[in-house]
Amino acid sequence: MSVVISLTDIRRVFTMGDQQFEALKGVSFDVSSGEFVAIMGASGSGKSTSMNILGCLDLPTSGRYLLDGIDVGGMTTNQLADIRNKKLGFVFQGFNLLARTPAVENVELPLVYAGLASKDRRKKAMMAMEQVGLSGKENNHSGQLSGGQQQRVAIARALVNDPAVILADEPTGNLDSTTTEEIMGLFTSLNRQGITIIMVTHEHDVAAYAGRQITFKDGRIISDTQTIHTGKTA
Amino acid sequence: MNFLQTVKIALRALRTNKMRSFLTMLGIIIGIAAVIAMMAVGTGASYVISQQIASIGSNIILVMPGSTTSGGLRTGTGGAQTLSSDDAKAIMADCPSVAYAAGTVRTAGQIINGNLNWSSVIMGGSPELFDIREWPVVNGRPINQQDEDGAIKVCLLGQTVAENLFGSADPVGSIIRIKKIPFTVIGILDRKGQSPQGQDQDDAVFVPLRTAQRNLVRSQRSGIVSAIIVKAKSEESINKAEDEIKALLNQRHRITNSKEPDFSTRNLSEILAVAEQSSKAMSMLLGAVASISLIVGGIGIMNIMLVSVTERTREIGIRMAIGAKKNDILLQFMTEAVMLTMLGGLIGIALGAGGATVVSKLLGWPTMISIQSITIAFFFSAAVGIFFGFYPAKKAAGLNPIDALRYE
Ligand SMILES: Nc1ncnc2c1ncn2[C@@H]1O[C@H](COP(=O)(O)OP(=O)(O)OP(=O)(O)O)[C@@H](O)[C@H]1O
Ligand SMILES: [Mg+2]
Repeated sequence: MSVVISLTDIRRVFTMGDQQFEALKGVSFDVSSGEFVAIMGASGSGKSTSMNILGCLDLPTSGRYLLDGIDVGGMTTNQLADIRNKKLGFVFQGFNLLARTPAVENVELPLVYAGLASKDRRKKAMMAMEQVGLSGKENNHSGQLSGGQQQRVAIARALVNDPAVILADEPTGNLDSTTTEEIMGLFTSLNRQGITIIMVTHEHDVAAYAGRQITFKDGRIISDTQTIHTGKTA
Repeated sequence: MNFLQTVKIALRALRTNKMRSFLTMLGIIIGIAAVIAMMAVGTGASYVISQQIASIGSNIILVMPGSTTSGGLRTGTGGAQTLSSDDAKAIMADCPSVAYAAGTVRTAGQIINGNLNWSSVIMGGSPELFDIREWPVVNGRPINQQDEDGAIKVCLLGQTVAENLFGSADPVGSIIRIKKIPFTVIGILDRKGQSPQGQDQDDAVFVPLRTAQRNLVRSQRSGIVSAIIVKAKSEESINKAEDEIKALLNQRHRITNSKEPDFSTRNLSEILAVAEQSSKAMSMLLGAVASISLIVGGIGIMNIMLVSVTERTREIGIRMAIGAKKNDILLQFMTEAVMLTMLGGLIGIALGAGGATVVSKLLGWPTMISIQSITIAFFFSAAVGIFFGFYPAKKAAGLNPIDALRYE
């Protein structure tokens, strides 16, 4: 399998006034195409910080990050925006849909910035909506959708551009257990279709859906284990 | 991202806060409406003034009798009977910069045609008068030298007089009575409109000067005129002509340095130029006031856009995470600001045009709404949006996506 993500000795130092804080202290790991990775760890261990770097929303203080073979370090903000648009899909804990905007238009949004014509956008967005099982809810605003449905819209939005990786930071953090199962079922089925997923979670049973668990502690990886019973082999 | 999409997003944002958008636009609406109304009144006024300049005729100098002192009582300008037909003839013959000079007398009286009567101004003037005032006869014939020399009782009617005495009938050849004396109508003068003083210039009857002097006005001596109206050869020679006239009349009237002249001269186009200047100054003043209100409106736009950027920090974060570039965000907020001001501009143009029309209907002011002023107002409102929208948009585009996404 080809390597989609390769982190080598990533460090991230935050400077606040005269104080310095090293949130990531040399993180290295590779993710191959088609993997489903769960990132675990205590609060403040650096999970979100590494997700932001993986998502090209933040740049590491030092270290090398190759995304799809391309070195992300030293890119301009416009190039990073392009990478986020074309190679990455984001799913957030708080859904982060645009208010008072129909679901389908939320899903279309990455395609708007990709410069697609409105007809093609609509077609792709409808397909993504179908993929997450939300056909028929295209015109509902976020206020007219349940939490699980909102997260499905967000997943459709992350999918719509055929990204190399979907990055999800605590995607089930705001959901109850039944809805969590639904969303994780959706992630599993997407992963079976060959989509690479990296997901942060606090819960072990959520992490169990992934084929690989990486655990952080104080800005370092303390364990990286493969489970056999889930993923493609199940 | 294409432009249409940007406009759509901006429209949606404005629609979600209709009341706020409207209140924000109000400053621009008022400013633009003021600009449009002010320009309509201003151009209307200067159009009327330039019409009046044209109606008087170009390069005109008016020679009026001066004041006299008789038994300790001074009369006002024009009260004395110091100018004569001979003065007019001398000016025309001896002043090289003068094209024409015509003596005139002026009186008022009742004019009767059958059972219709009308009170009007009666002007006596030598035939040159109509060349000077560039006032053609549209029906019939003008007053000629024979009429003048023979003091024939013929007259030309202004349009207003003709309408009031004859209605739609053709007056030429009819006999009318002016101050009870019968005159033959030989022609109708072209329509002139209002004078700079607001009088209807078509409400007048013209007779040969000598006819008027003999039959219609009383004077101490024969050949007295109430004014001499002079046309200079060209615009450049007006001042020279005025000097020549003064020198000639001083000599003819034996005015020395110790004696006050018994006449005065006035350059009409100069007076009108002053009137036009002051109407322009007035427009500029109103324009300045309008610009200030536009600036105030623009600051209001900037204020609301800053609030909007803060409120929508999370949205900006989402858009950036999903692939919006700095320029996309900048353009989005700029478009919002410009659409606010352009919409305000359009409403302002409609209100200003409406207001100008109401003013012209109610107060009778002449107003003119030019395409030019509408275009200027429109682009000005867009410029206000660009200028005052830039800072908030720049602020939005400069946000860090991680911070923006975390913003509550
Ligand atoms: N912008 C920042 N400036 C300073 N310190 C920061 C910044 N962002 C994160 N940190 C610090 O870096 C450490 C790692 O934060 P991070 O958000 O990655 O934690 P996390 O593992 O995602 O925790 P949680 O499970 O609570 O979300 C924390 O101690 C945090 O205080
Ligand atoms: Mg976190």
